[in-house]
Amino acid sequence: MSSLITKVRAKQIEQLLENGKRLDERGLLDTRELKIEQGVIEKAEGSARVYLGKTEVLVGVKVETGEPFSDTPKEGVMTVNAELVPVASPRFEPGPPDENSIELARVVDRGIRESRAIDTGKLCIEEGKKVFIVFVDVYVLNHDGNLIDASAIAAMAALMNTKMPNYEVKDGELKIKQGYKPLPMRNHPITVTLGKINNKLLVDPWLEEESVMDSRITFATGEDGNICAIQKGGSGYFTPQQILEASKIALDKAVELRKKLKW
Amino acid sequence: MNDKTDKLIDKKGIRGDGRKADELRSLKLQVGVLSNADGSAYIEHGKNKILAAAFGPREMHPKHLSQPDRMVLRCRYHMAPFSVPERKSPAPSRREVELSKVIKESLEPALFLELYPRTGVDVFVEVLQADGGTRCASITAAALAIADAGVPMRDLVVACAAGKIDDTIVLDLYDVEDKLGSADVPVAYMPNLNAVTLLQMDGVLSSSELEKAVNMAMDGCKNIYAMQKEALKTKYMVVKETEE
Repeated sequence: MSSLITKVRAKQIEQLLENGKRLDERGLLDTRELKIEQGVIEKAEGSARVYLGKTEVLVGVKVETGEPFSDTPKEGVMTVNAELVPVASPRFEPGPPDENSIELARVVDRGIRESRAIDTGKLCIEEGKKVFIVFVDVYVLNHDGNLIDASAIAAMAALMNTKMPNYEVKDGELKIKQGYKPLPMRNHPITVTLGKINNKLLVDPWLEEESVMDSRITFATGEDGNICAIQKGGSGYFTPQQILEASKIALDKAVELRKKLKW
Repeated sequence: MNDKTDKLIDKKGIRGDGRKADELRSLKLQVGVLSNADGSAYIEHGKNKILAAAFGPREMHPKHLSQPDRMVLRCRYHMAPFSVPERKSPAPSRREVELSKVIKESLEPALFLELYPRTGVDVFVEVLQADGGTRCASITAAALAIADAGVPMRDLVVACAAGKIDDTIVLDLYDVEDKLGSADVPVAYMPNLNAVTLLQMDGVLSSSELEKAVNMAMDGCKNIYAMQKEALKTKYMVVKETEE
Protein backbone atom coordinates (compact mmCIF):
# COMPACT_ATOMS: atom_id res chain seq x y z
CA MET A 1 0.00 0.00 0.00
CA SER A 2 1.47 3.34 -0.91
CA SER A 3 1.67 5.74 1.94
CA LEU A 4 1.87 9.37 2.88
CA ILE A 5 4.66 8.73 5.34
CA THR A 6 7.77 10.76 4.64
CA LYS A 7 11.12 9.15 4.03
CA VAL A 8 12.35 10.98 7.14
CA ARG A 9 9.77 9.24 9.29
CA ALA A 10 10.69 5.90 7.76
CA LYS A 11 14.31 6.47 8.63
CA GLN A 12 13.39 7.44 12.17
CA ILE A 13 11.39 4.23 12.61
CA GLU A 14 14.28 2.17 11.29
CA GLN A 15 16.84 3.90 13.51
CA LEU A 16 14.70 3.46 16.61
CA LEU A 17 14.29 -0.23 15.78
CA GLU A 18 18.06 -0.63 15.66
CA ASN A 19 18.00 0.25 19.37
CA GLY A 20 15.01 -1.98 20.05
CA LYS A 21 12.61 0.95 20.30
CA ARG A 22 9.43 1.99 18.54
CA LEU A 23 7.85 5.34 17.75
CA ASP A 24 5.04 4.77 20.21
CA GLU A 25 7.52 3.68 22.89
CA ARG A 26 6.44 0.05 22.90
CA GLY A 27 8.91 -2.80 23.07
CA LEU A 28 9.26 -4.86 19.87
CA LEU A 29 7.06 -7.62 21.25
CA ASP A 30 4.45 -5.48 22.99
CA THR A 31 0.90 -5.24 21.70
CA ARG A 32 -1.13 -2.09 22.04
CA GLU A 33 -3.84 -1.77 24.65
CA LEU A 34 -6.80 -3.99 23.80
CA LYS A 35 -10.35 -3.15 24.79
CA ILE A 36 -13.42 -5.22 23.94
CA GLU A 37 -17.06 -4.19 24.25
CA GLN A 38 -19.63 -6.86 23.51
CA GLY A 39 -23.29 -6.52 22.58
CA VAL A 40 -23.04 -2.96 21.29
CA ILE A 41 -25.56 -3.43 18.46
CA GLU A 42 -28.90 -4.57 19.85
CA LYS A 43 -30.42 -5.52 16.52
CA ALA A 44 -27.61 -7.89 15.63
CA GLU A 45 -27.63 -11.41 17.07
CA GLY A 46 -24.09 -10.75 18.26
CA SER A 47 -21.69 -7.86 18.14
CA ALA A 48 -18.42 -6.56 19.49
CA ARG A 49 -16.37 -3.43 19.22
CA VAL A 50 -12.64 -3.84 19.63
CA TYR A 51 -10.08 -1.13 20.22
CA LEU A 52 -6.47 -2.06 19.54
CA GLY A 53 -4.67 1.17 20.34
CA LYS A 54 -6.40 3.62 18.01
CA THR A 55 -7.52 0.92 15.60
CA GLU A 56 -11.22 0.35 16.00
CA VAL A 57 -13.24 -2.49 14.53
CA LEU A 58 -16.92 -3.28 14.91
CA VAL A 59 -18.22 -6.73 14.09
CA GLY A 60 -21.87 -7.61 13.79
CA VAL A 61 -23.19 -11.16 13.53
CA LYS A 62 -26.51 -11.94 11.90
CA VAL A 63 -27.97 -15.43 11.98
CA GLU A 64 -30.35 -16.44 9.22
CA THR A 65 -31.53 -19.67 7.69
CA GLY A 66 -30.67 -20.96 4.26
CA GLU A 67 -29.43 -23.90 2.25
CA PRO A 68 -26.26 -25.77 3.24
CA PHE A 69 -23.41 -26.38 0.80
CA SER A 70 -23.93 -29.60 -1.13
CA ASP A 71 -20.67 -31.13 0.17
CA THR A 72 -21.57 -30.44 3.82
CA PRO A 73 -25.34 -31.07 3.97
CA LYS A 74 -25.40 -31.47 7.76
CA GLU A 75 -23.48 -28.37 8.66
CA GLY A 76 -24.33 -24.74 9.17
CA VAL A 77 -22.58 -22.10 7.15
CA MET A 78 -20.36 -19.25 8.25
CA THR A 79 -19.30 -16.40 6.03
CA VAL A 80 -17.02 -13.49 6.83
CA ASN A 81 -17.16 -10.22 4.98
CA ALA A 82 -15.06 -7.14 5.66
CA GLU A 83 -15.78 -3.56 4.78
CA LEU A 84 -13.07 -0.91 4.84
CA VAL A 85 -15.56 1.96 5.11
CA PRO A 86 -14.36 5.45 4.19
CA VAL A 87 -14.92 6.77 7.74
CA ALA A 88 -11.93 4.70 8.84
CA SER A 89 -9.17 6.26 6.80
CA PRO A 90 -8.59 8.90 4.11
CA ARG A 91 -7.18 6.04 2.05
CA PHE A 92 -10.39 4.03 2.02
CA GLU A 93 -12.80 4.70 -0.78
CA PRO A 94 -16.43 3.66 -1.13
CA GLY A 95 -17.15 0.90 -3.57
CA PRO A 96 -17.01 -2.86 -3.86
CA PRO A 97 -14.47 -4.69 -1.65
CA ASP A 98 -10.90 -4.38 -2.95
CA GLU A 99 -8.13 -6.95 -2.56
CA ASN A 100 -7.24 -5.64 0.90
CA SER A 101 -10.70 -6.06 2.38
CA ILE A 102 -11.12 -9.45 0.69
CA GLU A 103 -7.79 -10.63 2.11
CA LEU A 104 -8.76 -9.31 5.54
CA ALA A 105 -12.09 -11.15 5.43
CA ARG A 106 -10.51 -14.37 4.21
CA VAL A 107 -7.75 -14.37 6.83
CA VAL A 108 -10.29 -13.79 9.62
CA ASP A 109 -12.51 -16.48 8.08
CA ARG A 110 -9.63 -18.98 7.88
CA GLY A 111 -8.73 -18.60 11.56
CA ILE A 112 -12.31 -19.24 12.67
CA ARG A 113 -13.03 -21.96 10.12
CA GLU A 114 -9.85 -23.99 10.41
CA SER A 115 -9.88 -23.97 14.21
CA ARG A 116 -13.50 -25.16 13.96
CA ALA A 117 -14.46 -22.41 16.37
CA ILE A 118 -18.16 -22.69 15.57
CA ASP A 119 -19.76 -26.08 16.06
CA THR A 120 -21.45 -26.01 12.66
CA GLY A 121 -22.82 -29.53 13.12
CA LYS A 122 -25.25 -28.09 15.67
CA LEU A 123 -26.52 -25.51 13.19
CA CYS A 124 -28.37 -28.00 11.00
CA ILE A 125 -32.15 -27.69 10.85
CA GLU A 126 -32.97 -30.18 8.12
CA GLU A 127 -30.22 -32.16 6.45
CA GLY A 128 -29.41 -30.93 2.97
CA LYS A 129 -32.25 -28.42 3.03
CA LYS A 130 -32.08 -25.93 5.81
CA VAL A 131 -29.31 -24.80 8.12
CA PHE A 132 -28.40 -21.69 10.06
CA ILE A 133 -26.12 -19.28 8.25
CA VAL A 134 -23.89 -17.12 10.41
CA PHE A 135 -22.94 -13.86 8.74
CA VAL A 136 -19.91 -12.22 10.31
CA ASP A 137 -19.54 -8.67 9.06
CA VAL A 138 -16.34 -6.86 9.91
CA TYR A 139 -16.64 -3.09 9.90
CA VAL A 140 -13.39 -1.21 10.23
CA LEU A 141 -14.18 2.12 11.91
CA ASN A 142 -10.70 3.54 12.43
CA HIS A 143 -7.55 2.33 10.71
CA ASP A 144 -4.41 2.69 12.75
CA GLY A 145 -2.71 -0.52 11.66
CA ASN A 146 -2.99 -4.26 12.23
CA LEU A 147 -6.56 -4.62 11.07
CA ILE A 148 -6.16 -8.40 10.90
CA ASP A 149 -5.64 -8.92 14.64
CA ALA A 150 -8.24 -6.36 15.66
CA SER A 151 -10.80 -7.85 13.25
CA ALA A 152 -10.07 -11.45 14.24
CA ILE A 153 -10.46 -10.67 17.94
CA ALA A 154 -13.60 -8.63 17.26
CA ALA A 155 -15.09 -11.42 15.15
CA MET A 156 -14.50 -13.98 17.90
CA ALA A 157 -15.82 -11.61 20.59
CA ALA A 158 -18.94 -11.04 18.49
CA LEU A 159 -19.45 -14.77 17.91
CA MET A 160 -19.10 -15.43 21.64
CA ASN A 161 -21.75 -12.77 22.17
CA THR A 162 -24.11 -14.26 19.57
CA LYS A 163 -27.50 -15.53 20.64
CA MET A 164 -29.47 -18.04 18.61
CA PRO A 165 -33.20 -18.37 18.80
CA ASN A 166 -34.49 -21.43 20.66
CA TYR A 167 -36.11 -23.58 18.03
CA GLU A 168 -37.57 -26.96 17.26
CA VAL A 169 -38.18 -28.70 13.96
CA LYS A 170 -41.60 -30.23 13.28
CA ASP A 171 -42.21 -31.87 9.89
CA GLY A 172 -39.38 -29.88 8.38
CA GLU A 173 -40.90 -26.65 9.67
CA LEU A 174 -38.85 -24.39 11.89
CA LYS A 175 -40.69 -23.32 15.05
CA ILE A 176 -39.14 -20.50 17.04
CA LYS A 177 -39.63 -20.89 20.77
CA GLN A 178 -39.24 -18.47 23.61
CA GLY A 179 -35.78 -17.43 24.70
CA TYR A 180 -32.29 -17.60 23.30
CA LYS A 181 -29.25 -19.79 23.53
CA PRO A 182 -25.62 -19.01 22.79
CA LEU A 183 -24.08 -19.91 19.44
CA PRO A 184 -22.41 -23.34 19.87
CA MET A 185 -18.65 -22.76 20.06
CA ARG A 186 -15.87 -25.27 20.55
CA ASN A 187 -12.63 -23.35 20.02
CA HIS A 188 -11.39 -19.82 20.47
CA PRO A 189 -8.62 -19.00 18.00
CA ILE A 190 -6.34 -16.05 18.70
CA THR A 191 -4.62 -14.24 15.88
CA VAL A 192 -1.23 -12.54 16.18
CA THR A 193 0.45 -10.56 13.40
CA LEU A 194 4.10 -9.58 13.19
CA GLY A 195 5.69 -7.06 10.88
CA LYS A 196 9.22 -7.14 9.52
CA ILE A 197 11.23 -3.94 9.16
CA ASN A 198 14.93 -4.20 8.27
CA ASN A 199 15.03 -7.82 9.38
CA LYS A 200 13.55 -6.97 12.77
CA LEU A 201 10.33 -8.63 13.83
CA LEU A 202 7.77 -6.62 15.74
CA VAL A 203 4.39 -7.53 17.14
CA ASP A 204 1.18 -5.64 16.38
CA PRO A 205 2.52 -3.09 13.85
CA TRP A 206 0.58 0.17 13.83
CA LEU A 207 -0.15 2.33 10.80
CA GLU A 208 3.18 4.14 10.48
CA GLU A 209 5.10 0.92 10.94
CA GLU A 210 2.86 -0.82 8.43
CA SER A 211 3.66 1.80 5.81
CA VAL A 212 7.41 1.16 6.06
CA MET A 213 7.43 -2.57 6.77
CA ASP A 214 8.67 -5.08 4.19
CA SER A 215 6.19 -7.79 5.01
CA ARG A 216 3.95 -9.20 7.68
CA ILE A 217 3.01 -12.63 8.87
CA THR A 218 -0.11 -13.70 10.73
CA PHE A 219 -0.60 -16.79 12.85
CA ALA A 220 -3.94 -17.98 14.24
CA THR A 221 -3.70 -20.50 17.07
CA GLY A 222 -6.32 -22.61 18.76
CA GLU A 223 -6.81 -23.40 22.43
CA ASP A 224 -4.55 -26.46 22.18
CA GLY A 225 -1.63 -24.32 21.00
CA ASN A 226 -1.77 -25.69 17.45
CA ILE A 227 -1.49 -23.32 14.51
CA CYS A 228 -4.65 -23.21 12.40
CA ALA A 229 -3.93 -20.47 9.86
CA ILE A 230 -0.98 -18.54 8.49
CA GLN A 231 -0.85 -15.68 6.04
CA LYS A 232 2.22 -13.87 4.81
CA GLY A 233 1.56 -10.47 3.31
CA GLY A 234 3.46 -7.55 1.89
CA SER A 235 6.04 -7.37 -0.85
CA GLY A 236 9.03 -8.55 1.18
CA TYR A 237 10.21 -11.97 2.25
CA PHE A 238 11.08 -13.99 5.35
CA THR A 239 14.02 -16.31 5.80
CA PRO A 240 13.09 -19.77 7.11
CA GLN A 241 14.71 -18.84 10.43
CA GLN A 242 12.60 -15.68 10.67
CA ILE A 243 9.45 -17.74 10.08
CA LEU A 244 10.30 -20.05 12.96
CA GLU A 245 11.14 -17.13 15.20
CA ALA A 246 7.92 -15.35 14.23
CA SER A 247 5.85 -18.47 14.90
CA LYS A 248 7.39 -18.84 18.36
CA ILE A 249 6.72 -15.20 19.21
CA ALA A 250 3.17 -15.44 17.87
CA LEU A 251 2.42 -18.59 19.87
CA ASP A 252 3.77 -17.02 23.07
CA LYS A 253 1.79 -13.85 22.46
CA ALA A 254 -1.35 -15.88 21.83
CA VAL A 255 -0.94 -17.69 25.16
CA GLU A 256 -0.46 -14.36 26.90
CA LEU A 257 -3.53 -12.87 25.23
CA ARG A 258 -5.60 -15.97 25.92
CA LYS A 259 -4.84 -15.64 29.63
CA LYS A 260 -5.75 -11.98 29.61
CA LEU A 261 -8.99 -12.52 27.68
CA LYS A 262 -9.86 -15.74 29.55
CA TRP A 263 -10.80 -17.39 26.21
CA MET B 1 -15.40 -31.22 8.80
CA ASN B 2 -15.01 -34.24 6.59
CA ASP B 3 -15.79 -37.90 6.90
CA LYS B 4 -12.59 -39.82 6.48
CA THR B 5 -13.72 -43.18 5.22
CA ASP B 6 -10.77 -43.86 2.96
CA LYS B 7 -7.19 -43.61 4.04
CA LEU B 8 -5.27 -41.01 2.10
CA ILE B 9 -1.98 -42.80 2.70
CA ASP B 10 -1.56 -46.55 3.22
CA LYS B 11 0.59 -48.49 5.68
CA LYS B 12 3.51 -48.60 3.29
CA GLY B 13 3.40 -44.81 3.02
CA ILE B 14 1.99 -44.81 -0.50
CA ARG B 15 -0.52 -42.09 -1.32
CA GLY B 16 -3.74 -42.28 -3.31
CA ASP B 17 -1.99 -41.42 -6.56
CA GLY B 18 0.91 -43.81 -5.96
CA ARG B 19 3.43 -41.29 -4.68
CA LYS B 20 5.62 -41.49 -1.59
CA ALA B 21 5.28 -38.86 1.13
CA ASP B 22 8.10 -36.66 -0.14
CA GLU B 23 7.54 -37.19 -3.84
CA LEU B 24 6.55 -34.44 -6.26
CA ARG B 25 3.98 -34.93 -8.99
CA SER B 26 5.35 -35.04 -12.50
CA LEU B 27 6.13 -31.62 -13.88
CA LYS B 28 6.43 -30.16 -17.33
CA LEU B 29 7.63 -26.60 -17.82
CA GLN B 30 7.76 -24.68 -21.07
CA VAL B 31 8.88 -21.13 -21.72
CA GLY B 32 7.88 -18.80 -24.55
CA VAL B 33 4.61 -20.47 -25.46
CA LEU B 34 2.64 -17.34 -26.40
CA SER B 35 3.83 -15.12 -29.23
CA ASN B 36 1.93 -11.95 -28.26
CA ALA B 37 3.15 -11.80 -24.68
CA ASP B 38 6.55 -10.31 -23.80
CA GLY B 39 7.15 -13.43 -21.75
CA SER B 40 5.16 -16.56 -21.19
CA ALA B 41 5.28 -19.96 -19.61
CA TYR B 42 3.18 -23.10 -19.41
CA ILE B 43 3.23 -25.53 -16.54
CA GLU B 44 1.79 -28.96 -16.09
CA HIS B 45 2.06 -29.86 -12.45
CA GLY B 46 0.32 -33.17 -11.98
CA LYS B 47 -3.05 -32.53 -13.63
CA ASN B 48 -2.76 -28.77 -13.18
CA LYS B 49 -2.43 -27.04 -16.52
CA ILE B 50 -1.61 -23.37 -16.22
CA LEU B 51 -0.59 -20.60 -18.61
CA ALA B 52 1.17 -17.45 -17.49
CA ALA B 53 1.85 -14.36 -19.60
CA ALA B 54 3.91 -11.32 -18.67
CA PHE B 55 3.74 -7.90 -20.31
CA GLY B 56 6.15 -5.06 -19.66
CA PRO B 57 7.82 -3.13 -18.24
CA ARG B 58 5.41 -0.82 -20.04
CA GLU B 59 3.39 2.30 -19.43
CA MET B 60 0.72 1.82 -16.79
CA HIS B 61 -2.93 1.90 -17.70
CA PRO B 62 -4.68 3.67 -16.08
CA LYS B 63 -1.81 6.12 -15.77
CA HIS B 64 -2.57 7.35 -12.25
CA LEU B 65 -1.68 3.93 -10.88
CA SER B 66 1.96 4.38 -11.79
CA GLN B 67 4.42 5.18 -9.01
CA PRO B 68 7.06 7.92 -9.40
CA ASP B 69 9.74 5.91 -7.61
CA ARG B 70 9.16 2.34 -8.68
CA MET B 71 7.60 -0.14 -11.03
CA VAL B 72 4.19 -1.56 -10.24
CA LEU B 73 3.60 -5.28 -10.56
CA ARG B 74 0.05 -6.39 -11.19
CA CYS B 75 -1.13 -9.97 -11.20
CA ARG B 76 -4.35 -11.63 -12.10
CA TYR B 77 -4.95 -15.22 -11.17
CA HIS B 78 -7.96 -16.55 -13.03
CA MET B 79 -9.55 -19.94 -13.38
CA ALA B 80 -11.20 -21.08 -16.58
CA PRO B 81 -14.87 -22.04 -16.14
CA PHE B 82 -14.05 -25.59 -17.28
CA SER B 83 -11.00 -26.02 -15.04
CA VAL B 84 -12.91 -27.67 -12.21
CA PRO B 85 -15.61 -30.40 -12.05
CA GLU B 86 -18.47 -27.96 -11.51
CA ARG B 87 -18.40 -24.98 -13.87
CA LYS B 88 -16.83 -21.98 -12.21
CA SER B 89 -18.30 -18.60 -13.02
CA PRO B 90 -15.73 -16.62 -15.00
CA ALA B 91 -16.29 -13.58 -12.75
CA PRO B 92 -13.43 -13.23 -10.25
CA SER B 93 -14.28 -14.90 -6.95
CA ARG B 94 -13.02 -13.68 -3.59
CA ARG B 95 -10.58 -16.58 -3.60
CA GLU B 96 -9.15 -15.48 -6.93
CA VAL B 97 -8.79 -11.90 -5.74
CA GLU B 98 -6.88 -13.05 -2.66
CA LEU B 99 -4.70 -15.41 -4.67
CA SER B 100 -3.92 -12.65 -7.18
CA LYS B 101 -2.72 -10.55 -4.26
CA VAL B 102 -0.56 -13.21 -2.62
CA ILE B 103 0.92 -14.25 -5.97
CA LYS B 104 1.84 -10.65 -6.68
CA GLU B 105 3.42 -10.34 -3.23
CA SER B 106 5.34 -13.56 -3.74
CA LEU B 107 6.88 -12.26 -6.99
CA GLU B 108 7.63 -8.67 -5.95
CA PRO B 109 10.67 -9.53 -3.80
CA ALA B 110 12.35 -10.99 -6.89
CA LEU B 111 12.04 -7.80 -8.95
CA PHE B 112 14.14 -4.64 -8.92
CA LEU B 113 11.03 -2.46 -8.69
CA GLU B 114 13.03 0.70 -7.97
CA LEU B 115 14.93 0.44 -11.29
CA TYR B 116 11.85 0.97 -13.45
CA PRO B 117 9.94 3.94 -12.05
CA ARG B 118 6.58 4.87 -13.59
CA THR B 119 6.28 1.56 -15.39
CA GLY B 120 4.16 -1.50 -14.86
CA VAL B 121 4.50 -5.20 -15.39
CA ASP B 122 1.33 -7.23 -15.78
CA VAL B 123 1.24 -10.93 -15.16
CA PHE B 124 -1.82 -12.90 -16.17
CA VAL B 125 -2.27 -16.43 -14.96
CA GLU B 126 -4.93 -18.62 -16.51
CA VAL B 127 -5.67 -21.90 -14.81
CA LEU B 128 -6.89 -24.19 -17.60
CA GLN B 129 -7.24 -27.21 -15.35
CA ALA B 130 -7.00 -27.31 -11.57
CA ASP B 131 -5.96 -30.27 -9.47
CA GLY B 132 -4.83 -28.81 -6.16
CA GLY B 133 -1.87 -26.54 -5.59
CA THR B 134 -2.73 -24.13 -8.40
CA ARG B 135 -1.40 -21.09 -6.58
CA CYS B 136 2.03 -22.71 -6.30
CA ALA B 137 2.12 -23.87 -9.89
CA SER B 138 0.94 -20.39 -10.92
CA ILE B 139 3.84 -18.74 -9.09
CA THR B 140 6.35 -21.14 -10.66
CA ALA B 141 4.96 -20.35 -14.12
CA ALA B 142 4.55 -16.61 -13.51
CA ALA B 143 8.20 -16.26 -12.44
CA LEU B 144 9.26 -17.99 -15.65
CA ALA B 145 7.04 -15.70 -17.72
CA ILE B 146 8.59 -12.61 -16.10
CA ALA B 147 12.10 -13.97 -16.69
CA ASP B 148 11.14 -14.78 -20.28
CA ALA B 149 9.99 -11.16 -20.72
CA GLY B 150 13.57 -10.15 -19.94
CA VAL B 151 12.77 -8.38 -16.68
CA PRO B 152 15.86 -8.57 -14.42
CA MET B 153 15.24 -10.68 -11.32
CA ARG B 154 17.13 -11.33 -8.11
CA ASP B 155 16.20 -14.98 -8.41
CA LEU B 156 13.45 -17.10 -9.86
CA VAL B 157 10.53 -17.65 -7.53
CA VAL B 158 9.41 -21.22 -7.21
CA ALA B 159 6.51 -22.55 -5.19
CA CYS B 160 5.37 -25.86 -3.81
CA ALA B 161 3.02 -26.93 -1.04
CA ALA B 162 3.39 -29.40 1.77
CA GLY B 163 0.63 -30.57 4.03
CA LYS B 164 -0.68 -33.15 6.41
CA ILE B 165 -2.78 -36.16 5.47
CA ASP B 166 -3.66 -38.88 8.00
CA ASP B 167 -1.03 -37.60 10.48
CA THR B 168 1.76 -37.71 7.88
CA ILE B 169 3.50 -34.63 6.51
CA VAL B 170 3.59 -34.95 2.73
CA LEU B 171 4.84 -32.93 -0.22
CA ASP B 172 2.80 -31.41 -3.04
CA LEU B 173 -0.85 -32.17 -2.25
CA TYR B 174 -3.18 -32.98 -5.10
CA ASP B 175 -6.86 -32.17 -5.23
CA VAL B 176 -8.19 -35.03 -3.07
CA GLU B 177 -5.52 -34.56 -0.40
CA ASP B 178 -6.10 -30.83 -0.43
CA LYS B 179 -9.83 -31.33 0.24
CA LEU B 180 -9.65 -34.23 2.71
CA GLY B 181 -6.26 -33.63 4.32
CA SER B 182 -5.87 -31.82 7.60
CA ALA B 183 -3.49 -29.04 6.58
CA ASP B 184 -2.09 -27.35 3.50
CA VAL B 185 1.01 -25.14 3.56
CA PRO B 186 1.84 -23.43 0.25
CA VAL B 187 5.36 -21.97 0.20
CA ALA B 188 7.06 -19.78 -2.41
CA TYR B 189 10.80 -19.57 -2.22
CA MET B 190 13.82 -17.95 -3.82
CA PRO B 191 16.45 -20.68 -3.37
CA ASN B 192 19.53 -18.55 -4.08
CA LEU B 193 18.52 -15.96 -1.50
CA ASN B 194 17.00 -18.42 0.98
CA ALA B 195 13.93 -16.19 1.11
CA VAL B 196 10.35 -17.35 1.60
CA THR B 197 8.06 -15.01 -0.33
CA LEU B 198 4.75 -16.75 0.23
CA LEU B 199 3.60 -18.68 3.23
CA GLN B 200 0.03 -19.57 3.94
CA MET B 201 -1.53 -22.31 5.96
CA ASP B 202 -4.94 -23.62 6.63
CA GLY B 203 -5.77 -26.63 8.71
CA VAL B 204 -4.24 -27.61 12.01
CA LEU B 205 -0.52 -28.17 12.63
CA SER B 206 1.70 -28.11 15.71
CA SER B 207 4.74 -25.85 15.47
CA SER B 208 7.08 -28.80 14.94
CA GLU B 209 4.84 -30.11 12.15
CA LEU B 210 4.83 -26.66 10.60
CA GLU B 211 8.62 -26.57 10.65
CA LYS B 212 8.75 -29.97 9.01
CA ALA B 213 6.19 -28.98 6.38
CA VAL B 214 7.97 -25.73 5.51
CA ASN B 215 11.31 -27.55 5.18
CA MET B 216 9.75 -30.24 3.01
CA ALA B 217 8.09 -27.62 0.80
CA MET B 218 11.39 -25.78 0.42
CA ASP B 219 13.11 -29.00 -0.64
CA GLY B 220 10.36 -29.51 -3.20
CA CYS B 221 10.91 -25.94 -4.38
CA LYS B 222 14.61 -26.61 -4.89
CA ASN B 223 13.81 -29.56 -7.13
CA ILE B 224 11.36 -27.56 -9.23
CA TYR B 225 13.88 -24.71 -9.36
CA ALA B 226 16.27 -26.91 -11.34
CA MET B 227 13.47 -27.68 -13.82
CA GLN B 228 12.62 -23.98 -14.08
CA LYS B 229 16.18 -23.10 -15.05
CA GLU B 230 16.27 -25.99 -17.48
CA ALA B 231 13.05 -24.77 -19.12
CA LEU B 232 14.51 -21.29 -19.59
CA LYS B 233 17.68 -22.71 -21.12
CA THR B 234 15.75 -25.04 -23.39
CA LYS B 235 14.00 -22.13 -25.07
CA TYR B 236 17.33 -20.59 -26.02
CA MET B 237 18.80 -23.93 -27.04
CA VAL B 238 16.01 -24.20 -29.59
CA VAL B 239 16.73 -20.66 -30.82
CA LYS B 240 20.43 -21.48 -31.11
CA GLU B 241 19.77 -24.65 -33.07
CA THR B 242 17.51 -22.90 -35.56
CA GLU B 243 20.16 -20.20 -36.01
CA GLU B 244 22.72 -22.82 -36.85
